[in-house]
Amino acid sequence: MVINGEPHGPQKATTTCQLHLRHFSDGETITVEPFRAAAFGVVKDLVVDRGAFDRIIAAGGYVSAPTGAAPEAHATPVPKRNADRAFTAAACIGCGACVAACPNGSASLFLGAKITHLGELPQGQPERSDRVIRMVKTHDAEGFGGCTNTGECAVACPKEIPLDVISQLNRDYLAAVTHRR
Amino acid sequence: MASYSDYIVGAPLVDTAAPDGPIETRWERRRFGVKLVNPANKRKMKVIVVGTGLAGGSAAATLAELGYQVSSFCYQDSPRRAHSIAAQGGINAAKNYRGDGDSIHRLFYDTVKGGDFRSRESNVHRLAEISVQIIDQCVAQGVPFAREYGGLLDTRSFGGAQVSRTFYARGQTGQQLLLGAYQALERQIDAGGVTMYSRHEMLELIVVDGRARGIVARDLVTGETRSHLADAVVLASGGYGNVFYLSTNAKGCNVTASWRAHRKGALFANPCYTQIHPTCIPVSGDHQSKLTLMSESLRNDGRVWVPQKAGDSRAPRDIPEAERDYFLERQYPAFGNLVPRDIASRAAKNVCDAGRGVGPTGLGVYLDFADAIGRLGRPAVAAKYGNLFQMYQRITGEDPYEVPMRIFPAVHYTMGGLWVDYDLQSSIPGLFVVGEANFSDHGANRLGASALMQGLADGYFVLPNTIGDYLARGVEPVAADAPEVREAEAAVAGRVEKLLSIDGDRTVDSFHRELGHLMWDHCGMERTAEGLHKALERIPELRREFWQSVKVPGSAATLNQSLEKAGRVADFLELGELMCLDALHREESCGGHFRAESQTEDHEAARKDDEFSYVAAWEFTGQGSAPVLHKEDLHFEYVTPSQRSYK
Ligand SMILES: Cc1cc2nc3c(=O)[nH]c(=O)nc-3n(C[C@H](O)[C@H](O)[C@H](O)COP(=O)(O)OP(=O)(O)OC[C@H]3O[C@@H](n4cnc5c(N)ncnc54)[C@H](O)[C@@H]3O)c2cc1C
Ligand code: SF4
Repeated sequence: MVINGEPHGPQKATTTCQLHLRHFSDGETITVEPFRAAAFGVVKDLVVDRGAFDRIIAAGGYVSAPTGAAPEAHATPVPKRNADRAFTAAACIGCGACVAACPNGSASLFLGAKITHLGELPQGQPERSDRVIRMVKTHDAEGFGGCTNTGECAVACPKEIPLDVISQLNRDYLAAVTHRR
Repeated sequence: MASYSDYIVGAPLVDTAAPDGPIETRWERRRFGVKLVNPANKRKMKVIVVGTGLAGGSAAATLAELGYQVSSFCYQDSPRRAHSIAAQGGINAAKNYRGDGDSIHRLFYDTVKGGDFRSRESNVHRLAEISVQIIDQCVAQGVPFAREYGGLLDTRSFGGAQVSRTFYARGQTGQQLLLGAYQALERQIDAGGVTMYSRHEMLELIVVDGRARGIVARDLVTGETRSHLADAVVLASGGYGNVFYLSTNAKGCNVTASWRAHRKGALFANPCYTQIHPTCIPVSGDHQSKLTLMSESLRNDGRVWVPQKAGDSRAPRDIPEAERDYFLERQYPAFGNLVPRDIASRAAKNVCDAGRGVGPTGLGVYLDFADAIGRLGRPAVAAKYGNLFQMYQRITGEDPYEVPMRIFPAVHYTMGGLWVDYDLQSSIPGLFVVGEANFSDHGANRLGASALMQGLADGYFVLPNTIGDYLARGVEPVAADAPEVREAEAAVAGRVEKLLSIDGDRTVDSFHRELGHLMWDHCGMERTAEGLHKALERIPELRREFWQSVKVPGSAATLNQSLEKAGRVADFLELGELMCLDALHREESCGGHFRAESQTEDHEAARKDDEFSYVAAWEFTGQGSAPVLHKEDLHFEYVTPSQRSYK
């Protein structure tokens, strides 16, 4: 939720449920609100509907790897640099703070995180262009706004997803649409 | 009316559907023996999967890939928020990538021994076999496991293992594995193979002609309850550790799905087998409603100690080496700080009982990294445990680089659960149970990093094969207005109405807290006949008081979290009693079940294989009537039961 105007409150890299009251002064008034965004309907009180996030993932945020068909795990080494970057992006918990913090209600940080996670890995390559095109399309159709690089999302993100996942998203998208033409 | 401690011994369970013969080929032979469903028929068959954790998410995705029509349920707002997400430490697999002597047989052996010889050899061997496929599967999905500089997968040793077989993704292994399963599930939702019902809670099982045919679920947003019918039902609803009120489980974890099935005839096996995890952050006060686990991987480098003198209140750094007791290293020189969880927890309890506990409540022991920091340097320790140290500091306000952590055992996992055969089918035909919700593979104590393995083995690889055998034999259609369906719907509506209409003066939480205290005191780390009798007297009273004086505010027709909680606590109030009865009847100590009356001279658990080498599967016979105990004898052909020794 939004605490004193900030998604997840004042502590850096901390979600609401990890935030302790000792970070506020005695007698202080604390304002709490739901995550507000055009694409997140309020269900009741502080509860919002983040179902749009699931639908964005359903539109391609996966590697098609039906059960049982997997090759031996060590058949494809992944350079540590790529593995680490993929991991950093995969740490996204889908909380929606980035959307609530964004003046445009954009989910670019969330979307960029998944694009970067899968795009850094060899397993994610075959579907890379289709993935980004379909996911961006769903993102827009769900009513999330466009990114104008305000950077508010990365400040609010409790998992410290770096802003460069959005540049990655833009690069991948551009490459995919150019390639398709 | 039966006395609270009565039970009746019923017919033994003899058929577990496991093939016999050489253990290495049992699973292969069972898979070959399974009847296949024609692909055209699969499309017409409907399977309900309750739960979207590792077990349910992987099962639902795989069943849909095979062509079944799947309906998937979870009470969270998204399938990605199932409790599996909380798992930190890792997942075991017998890959032997380190060449350190690991093998399928060793993982099998360790797990049977770790479970204190109270699990089935056939099941455990299958689990060890499948473990290697799980890693392949997850890597193919893009799960970002930790890797070494050469690009290969990294492993570590974990929770009582002497080989390095635990794969991990920093401190977020559960989250990353769950996202893999969730993404596979979302792919199937998109493809139309799975219909997802988030924010829906199963409140009843529908049984028609003795077979599981559907569920009654409440839409938690609109409050609407309705039935969903299918050809088979899979429960993947997780564990019941929250019966203790305080546990490391998420607040929403509950037993309702399993308990409703139990009341409809599914046997509940070994309910008293619960795991108390040694490394949790100690309770800070009465207001607390949730405990935090610190990953067990910390025991790889942290040393556990307490002051030698009782009541020593000096700051830890002021206590000289010679006046400290590194009690795990002293008592278990071979395994030291890495002894299995049940042993580490009980040892901590014993030193605290002796007045040597630390921290404001005296219920804590130190986990000290000073040596590791001296040996490896602070940056190396930070690279391994940085996020855990941060988490500890966030919660306690203390810096573990400077002062030793304080830890204390807490309820963490439940080995007991619905009884299933080798095919993961419960005693109700057509009802399958996977993941922590079943009792199958961990015996009386689970080894670290084995729950994720079991959940994914069940969901990706076992159930999708075995359920076909049931479905291939044909299931008759059932009418939406069949009397059994109507009855189940009416039962749910009646219960909801009753909970809201009592309008008493005691909160749901206060009942839950009292139950939790009873369970922790009498059915926790150490159990005695005397204590269990006390709990067994009090729980039925408490349940009566609940149904007379609970206050549940709000209405049924909207999102009402008090109502959800009330239903769950009502079921815990019944489960708690069965757990105590099971603990009372099992007059031996094994794994996490420690009966004070049954210990060796040096206070280790004393098993009684002659009398208790069986699974205790309980049949519900009605509220207030004595349950029936069905015994499934355990046979050991490959690992000879011995007194576990970690010395
Ligand atoms: C803090 C913590 C750390 C852990 N770390 C490790 C580890 O490092 N390694 C390891 O191997 N194990 C670990 N475990 C254990 C392991 O995480 C769990 O046993 C496992 O994830 C359980 O998975 P599951 O799929 O069976 O159930 P869960 O993940 O609990 O999922 C249950 C699902 O059922 C649904 N559900 C439940 N009831 C209903 C209902 N009535 N109606 C509808 N839906 C319902 C829920 O919505 C949810 O989707 C840890 C556990 C905890 C608590
Ligand atoms: S990117 Fe960060 S803020 Fe956005 S959903 Fe993910 S974790 Fe939350």
